[in-house]
Amino acid sequence: MSEANLTMEGHGAGVMEASPFAIPAKKLAMWLFIIADAMTFAAVLVAYGFLRNSHTNWPEPFKFSPTIINVMVMTFILVSSSLTMLFAVRAAQAEDKARAFAWVQITALGGAVFALLHIHEWLGMIGEGVRLFQNPWGASLFGAAFYCVTGLHLLHVTGGVVALVIVGLRYKGGRYKADDIEILGLYWHFVDIVWMFVVPLVYLLSIQR
Amino acid sequence: MSTAEKHSSGSTADVIVYLVLLGIAGLQILIAYGSSSGGERLLSRLLLVASVQAVIAVLFFMHLRFENRALMISVAVVTLFVLAAMQYGWTDSFRLLDGVPFARLH
Repeated sequence: MSEANLTMEGHGAGVMEASPFAIPAKKLAMWLFIIADAMTFAAVLVAYGFLRNSHTNWPEPFKFSPTIINVMVMTFILVSSSLTMLFAVRAAQAEDKARAFAWVQITALGGAVFALLHIHEWLGMIGEGVRLFQNPWGASLFGAAFYCVTGLHLLHVTGGVVALVIVGLRYKGGRYKADDIEILGLYWHFVDIVWMFVVPLVYLLSIQR
Repeated sequence: MSTAEKHSSGSTADVIVYLVLLGIAGLQILIAYGSSSGGERLLSRLLLVASVQAVIAVLFFMHLRFENRALMISVAVVTLFVLAAMQYGWTDSFRLLDGVPFARLH
């Protein structure tokens, strides 16, 4: 339905244009943010690629156990949390507030577990001597590159978890609507999609053979 | 009317897509360990598989296929640009492995 209002009565009347793409402004804003963030991650990953291939001694340190197994578990948790987010959106649109809230919090829990596993991995690598500008395996920039790429993603996951908790509580309290859950779901799925590129480009290209 | 109300795929379709995505993630692991080295060929395969995952997630999880066609086309154009840029950038970076910082002359 068009939101245009062309009546001009005195000074008070305004003219509202129809919403672009026929979606709410909040949703369009989220899509635009996702597009911008996708370009940011693409640039970061390509920069990582150039750094990696410009060093003949770039480490390939990721053993199947425990690193790749940990990555597989993290992937399973994140993709599962995308599924639970979908369940939350459906419940919200069916106006089942209790169920929607529960699924949102389960999604947040999945994100929190993912973040904890990631930090656990980082601590393991720090314990092995991988710092920002040194590591015991090869090119000195490996640490900085790895922590920057994975850290940027971890930051997005953490922000998403916080948003899920807040939006979930406000939705339950009646301040937010089902559309807000759906819009937050877009962000969460985007975070999942980014991980689908981080895993092969950062981990799987550098597995220990 | 929100997007998801316009379609009737149901939670079953969501679970199927979820299992497909997990399967593709497992396929990435198999491709990585099935390759004898981590070169350009492995990169192309992994990037292709990741792109397929991304497209499936965008269409089904983000419900883009149920959105306004203009939005779908806009997001599709940007997505293809991002994927092409990553493919180009990563492939180009493999030049550096030969120690050549500049493009080869043909």
